[in-house]
Amino acid sequence: MNNASSVGIVTPQVARFDQPLALRCGASLPGFELVYETYGQLNRERSNAVLVCHALSGSHHVAGHYADDPGNVGWWDNLIGPGKPLDTDKFFVIGVNNLGGCYGSSGPLTTNPATGRRWGADFPFVTVEDWVDSHARLADLLGIERFAAVVGGSLGGMQAMNWATQYPDRIGHAVVIASAPKLTAQNIAFNEVARQAILKDPDFHGGHYYEHGVVPARGLAQARMVGHITYLSDDSMDRKFGRKLRHGQPIYSYDVEFEVESYLRYQGEKFAGFFDANTYLLTTKALDYYDPAADCGGDLTRALSPAEAQFLVVSFSTDWRFAPSRSKEIVGALLHGDKRVSYAEIDCAAGHDSFLLDVPLYHGVLRAYFDNIRV
Amino acid sequence: MAYQRYDYEVIASWIQGGERVLDLGCGDGSLLKYLQETRQVRGYGVENEPERIVSSIANGINVLQLDLEQGLAGIEDDAFDHVIMSLSLQAIHNTQGILAEMLRVGHEAVVSFPNFAYWRHRQAIINGRMPVSESLPHQWYNTPNVRFFTIADFEALCAQEGIVIREGLAFDDGKLVLDEPNFMASVALYRLGRQNA
Repeated sequence: MNNASSVGIVTPQVARFDQPLALRCGASLPGFELVYETYGQLNRERSNAVLVCHALSGSHHVAGHYADDPGNVGWWDNLIGPGKPLDTDKFFVIGVNNLGGCYGSSGPLTTNPATGRRWGADFPFVTVEDWVDSHARLADLLGIERFAAVVGGSLGGMQAMNWATQYPDRIGHAVVIASAPKLTAQNIAFNEVARQAILKDPDFHGGHYYEHGVVPARGLAQARMVGHITYLSDDSMDRKFGRKLRHGQPIYSYDVEFEVESYLRYQGEKFAGFFDANTYLLTTKALDYYDPAADCGGDLTRALSPAEAQFLVVSFSTDWRFAPSRSKEIVGALLHGDKRVSYAEIDCAAGHDSFLLDVPLYHGVLRAYFDNIRV
Repeated sequence: MAYQRYDYEVIASWIQGGERVLDLGCGDGSLLKYLQETRQVRGYGVENEPERIVSSIANGINVLQLDLEQGLAGIEDDAFDHVIMSLSLQAIHNTQGILAEMLRVGHEAVVSFPNFAYWRHRQAIINGRMPVSESLPHQWYNTPNVRFFTIADFEALCAQEGIVIREGLAFDDGKLVLDEPNFMASVALYRLGRQNA
């Protein structure tokens, strides 16, 4: 706010783990690497660490910028920094790229030690639970016994939720934003359309496209276009584009006519230029599989019963991909389980993407919450 | 309207240590905070005003943003020992609905409200103006209140709805009013239960 500033120049680090990691899919990673960044200082009691979990296309680069790339600002830089709601003068904040990611952590782009070639499509399926296990290894390495908080939006919120049940004594607060206790059929359906676009791209080559010197850019772009629509609201798209025509009138062509077409194509192509299609496939599957209540006969209250953390759940009024009603399911389950929970539903026109924006009331809620966390 | 000390104390006296409490229209959370400190309740506040959500979080209480006009859907029957609504009932359209919801999710309900039949209010009306007082601090054109009722009205509604009045107290200026409460009291507090309970 008044004197809030950036964390400045940051440098990613690599953590190497040589103990195998058993995954929920039945496979095991013989060893793995995680790329991460940290902001602020770990205090002497090691009690001020906050883990930030990323969503579908996020990364470990959460705040600040790189010395050689000042324009590359962290995806949650508006939230994290000195004097910002997640204040790095108080907290030691960690961003980590999840397993299966494409920003340096072990994933389809990295080398499979068994073959000496890139993993590609052979990288095993990873779940939210697996990610949380891998985060815990990183915490061990950094000497963090207990996180003051684990924070995430969307798929990141699912990780925060699971942190509270998988490692109840290692997390003080779980901040679950624009998330859901599991995806609905409609939500899985969107992911499936995205996956089919990638899988059917002639350049996909069964996921081993690297060896062919190509990437399934068309499929990945199309996948992103579908996803992008679901992250915006009807209202915000209408306000941004309406029915604006590039040529002022119909020209009866399949080339770009409506401004919204131009925007979506641009967003799709931009995304396909830097993101990895195999990571997209793996991550959407992790979203689809997430269902912590499944082992408890669908009883979310029972699934969350091991949690000892205090929860903050936040949703956004126009988010239809992870609607407020889904957040209320989490809140209801926590309430009936006698857990400490607060819930805010923020009025914002930007749909699911609202969680990345600097909405004053939203950041006000987070600031008040983080300010109250004792370290 | 700010919570008064007597309001806190009466409500706290009706609540056992360690109870589960829901406070509807919790404002900045100060009542719940008081009950946590004095009664060690495990509680949740409910608010729908974003600024008050922020204040409640800053006060360190659990607060849930819900629209009370929509009832308490999603909260199971008997989830709470007491459901409190302090000085908010007059600001809700769905009066019967919310009272029923309070006694559905709570074993007992605690309700307080400004008494429209307070003598100063009556005097204002006789003088031709809508009352503005400590308990009704707003002007007619900017009041958040949507229901104007008296102690007698409320008791009649309870009888009609099968709501049992377990205890009722009336106050003026922070002092207990024993005689002619519908005339002499500006605020009333009730402890309510279900007929069959």
